[in-house]
Amino acid sequence: MNNPPDISQDPSEHEEYAHNVQKHVRGYLTVGALLLAFTAITVALSYVDFGTRKANIAIAMLVATLKAGLVAAIFMHLAAEKRLIYRVLIFTGFFVLGLFWLTFLAWYNPIVR
Amino acid sequence: MDASASLETHPPSPDSGATGGQDRHQHQGEHEHHELGWWRRYIFSTDHKVIGIQYGFTGLFFLLFGFSLMMLMRWQLAYPGQALPVIGKFLPHIFGAGTMPDGKMTPDFYNSLGAMHGTIMVFLGIVPLAFAAFGNFVVPLQIGAPDMAFPKVNMASYWAVFVGGTVMLTSFFVPGGAAKSGWTSYVPLAAIADSGPGHNPVFNGQTLWLIGFIFLITSSLLGAINFIATIIQLRAKGLTWMRLPFFVWAQFVTAFLLLLAFPPLEAGIIMQLMDRVAATSFFMPAGLVVNGAAMHISGGGSPLLWQHLFWFLAHPEVYVLILPGMGIVAEILANNSRKPLWGYKSLVFSVLTIGFLSFVVWAHHMWLTGMGSTVSAFFQTTTLIISIPSVIILSAFFISLWGGSIRFNVPMLFATAFLPMFGIGGLTGIPLAFNSADLYLHDTYYVIAHFHYIVAPGTIFALFAGIYYWFPKATGRTMNEFWGKVHFWPSLVCMNVIFLPMFLQGMLGMHRRWYDGGQGWTLSGDHVWGLSGFQWNTPISWAAWIMGLAQIPFIINFFWSIKHGKKVNDNPWEATTLEWTAPSPPPHGNFITAPVAYRGPYEYSLPGRERDFTMQNEPVEPAERTRRKAVEQPVLV
Amino acid sequence: MEIPYTISTRPDTGLWNAKVGIWLFLASEVMLFGGLFSAYIFLRLDAPPGMWPHGLLNVPVGTMNTAILILSSVTVVLAWAELKMRRYRRYWWYMLATILCGVIFLTVKLVYEWPQKFEHFGAYIKPQALEKYEQYLGNKHAAEKGLPPRLEITGHLHNREALTNPNIKEYEVALDPVNADPTNPAMDRPHFLYVPPTDKIGKIDKEDVERATMFLPTHSAYFASYFTITGLHGLHVLGGVLVFIYMWLPVSKKVYQRNPEHLANRVEVCGLFWHFVDLIWIFVFPLFYLL
Repeated sequence: MNNPPDISQDPSEHEEYAHNVQKHVRGYLTVGALLLAFTAITVALSYVDFGTRKANIAIAMLVATLKAGLVAAIFMHLAAEKRLIYRVLIFTGFFVLGLFWLTFLAWYNPIVR
Repeated sequence: MDASASLETHPPSPDSGATGGQDRHQHQGEHEHHELGWWRRYIFSTDHKVIGIQYGFTGLFFLLFGFSLMMLMRWQLAYPGQALPVIGKFLPHIFGAGTMPDGKMTPDFYNSLGAMHGTIMVFLGIVPLAFAAFGNFVVPLQIGAPDMAFPKVNMASYWAVFVGGTVMLTSFFVPGGAAKSGWTSYVPLAAIADSGPGHNPVFNGQTLWLIGFIFLITSSLLGAINFIATIIQLRAKGLTWMRLPFFVWAQFVTAFLLLLAFPPLEAGIIMQLMDRVAATSFFMPAGLVVNGAAMHISGGGSPLLWQHLFWFLAHPEVYVLILPGMGIVAEILANNSRKPLWGYKSLVFSVLTIGFLSFVVWAHHMWLTGMGSTVSAFFQTTTLIISIPSVIILSAFFISLWGGSIRFNVPMLFATAFLPMFGIGGLTGIPLAFNSADLYLHDTYYVIAHFHYIVAPGTIFALFAGIYYWFPKATGRTMNEFWGKVHFWPSLVCMNVIFLPMFLQGMLGMHRRWYDGGQGWTLSGDHVWGLSGFQWNTPISWAAWIMGLAQIPFIINFFWSIKHGKKVNDNPWEATTLEWTAPSPPPHGNFITAPVAYRGPYEYSLPGRERDFTMQNEPVEPAERTRRKAVEQPVLV
Repeated sequence: MEIPYTISTRPDTGLWNAKVGIWLFLASEVMLFGGLFSAYIFLRLDAPPGMWPHGLLNVPVGTMNTAILILSSVTVVLAWAELKMRRYRRYWWYMLATILCGVIFLTVKLVYEWPQKFEHFGAYIKPQALEKYEQYLGNKHAAEKGLPPRLEITGHLHNREALTNPNIKEYEVALDPVNADPTNPAMDRPHFLYVPPTDKIGKIDKEDVERATMFLPTHSAYFASYFTITGLHGLHVLGGVLVFIYMWLPVSKKVYQRNPEHLANRVEVCGLFWHFVDLIWIFVFPLFYLL
């Protein structure tokens, strides 16, 4: 799904433009419904026993990531964004992973364990 | 600049007849620099130059204040237990009777001074001055922009640092005194200091330190966002990435470091604040015993988690402190050797590499926590790798001097002094990078000497260089050369007398946090160059106080020159970058017409030209095109 | 000179200033919440068996709040789309809906969820006394089922003064269902609907208690991280609501009349922030309420 283009200065093109945005609106509503559905699924799945708690956590996080992905891609227009923003986010993603790794290091303390 | 942009900002109002009064009001808003009152122009200004100068004064004030704290500590180190003459009489009246009874410093007050010296110097001195002040004043000018991208955010970031600084200062006057658990605020020490029954839950040193810090972090984050957006969005036409002055690159990377490294510390600070105020135990382990008594805490936390979060910021912070300094030095070296900066591309890639690697070296501050050999080996490797780009930068600076016709004016003196000083600081860091050597040197004066060589005669000299260098741009006048030299030479000598012996003290095993300067410790009786470790404290302290005196010519020169300095033209140093095409001092909006860059930032001594400098906004002449190859690749001869 | 690219895009990046700014801000927010979540992971991994409570939060209310935030994300993106189509009136209504969603979210949190927690009581039993309270804890049953041990007795504290008065020797607790009937297999897993404390009163000797508090941040690492993260998230919601109110007030109409694209850009930037707040909640909800 692409972003609606910037509005044209030309009034004659405005009609078509509005139509374009209108199409997106339907998309936004669909995504909103999907997110609500996924929320219900998350809650329901948490009462299903997948054997271990780890499995439950993994599944819940998977659904959450999916939801977050939808919000980021559609609502935040990341599905079609400029390269600069991708670069910033890739950088951030790298460092945030480093941060999670950090806590793992702090927890996996070989001398104590 | 951009016709469509200005068109879109101010389209003719459709109902201008009905709201005529309102229109006039808006009109005033657009030309605010003409009609704004004194308060909006000089105090709550949104002009990047005013904010830069505000930051500058704030930073200089805190540098002086932090240095004064250290001068007090040096008395206790050189003459432990003796009453401080004269000043010691009235200090208890300022800081409270419990701090220096009869002029003798108490251990708690000594700890407060140490913790606050570190905090103030790093977060309220150098960051506001090196990053925010120079960045604010110089970067928009150097990239040919009218202002920062978000002027109001810019103002907010200054006032956040102002509030943060005020909170930090206030903490000296609350019962129990300022934070006293080191600038690193390691838990559990920091969590139990001045807490519990009998202490005010909020108005105590450590809690105020945390609250002040939240403001400082907010300020840095807003500043970083603003800088990055400005550099990306507001570069003048023709000013491509590879035509940016090195200083802009350094600020760009610095801003990214602040942007991504500060928030995890903010998370840590919020958690420590919760530990202190809401009695959680994010960082307090279960079963903690203090003074032989078990603590009543919910437990489950980890002190190591704090250290990780703290150093995740604080190692990139080291580069936040040094990179702007390197940028300033680069500008001044190129300008005063009248030669292009050697290896511009390798400098840029080095600074980017440093920025990236600085996020994966933090745990080398934590060798003694017993993280395990695998983790240590990883961080040891990355730490050694990060020394490579640093060495590239330093080498490129040295080579830039080669064969230049050097002008030793005051900025250049400070900039050239930066090189060996930073070199000493950097090279002495290598033993610390090795786990095995650091086990011995950790927390000794060796470490103090190492990082002070980088930030004190390193960064601070670069900052002085920058002040002398850009002073004419800010005021239209130069600072006095003679008094500048009177400032420089004693400072250089004193810096080395202060920090060089500290390497020796550290190798003798003197611990950095000793309250009595090592007097009561037998091994400090070992002699190096005729003095024992403890005895070395005396010359160091005297050098520190003399260096304090040596700053007086600077302070007087600085204020005197604002009004009475020699008037100069817009480009007194005959420099090439865009800020020198603007009037001095630049008006609101900076440039009369939007500048366009046609060439790289350091086109000094181009062959076949009348002048030995060619400014970035001078178009490339047809005859020049055939010769350019040779200029773009200067050879080391 | 005026500051360029405040509304139009810069050709080489294709972006206007504020959009670059907000994404940089969001990058720093990712690191901020990343720091908090990594601390959460750490504390949770580090918790001894039985020390990470489950089922203490009200799941239906949490689900409702999640739905409300998602709804507000939809309305804010629709508000922006209406501005793009130059329909201010509809924009105004969608914005109002967004603001109301935010206010409801905060109200539920501050008026219902948090105070309910502050009124709940829990006492961690010393390891050597666990046996004595087997009738409330049902640890033999838990061990048979392979469940983590139960170390805490929770419920409504009848003699609240026991928390401060050292002369009162025991806590009188109206037990939560799990402690009232610990061997009932229905109690092995948390309930979806909130079940209030039963009428059954349990008496707990203060001597046998390791730690007894209301459900405050100091209760456990779990509640510490719950209150810290949801508190900080709540502050973000509050900030978003305040900005949206500003964009909804008549001031925005003037911006719109001067240049509709300007207001659309502002709404887009604030919308990005709002979606991010929603995105954080998408992770907060399962981590604290469900798992």
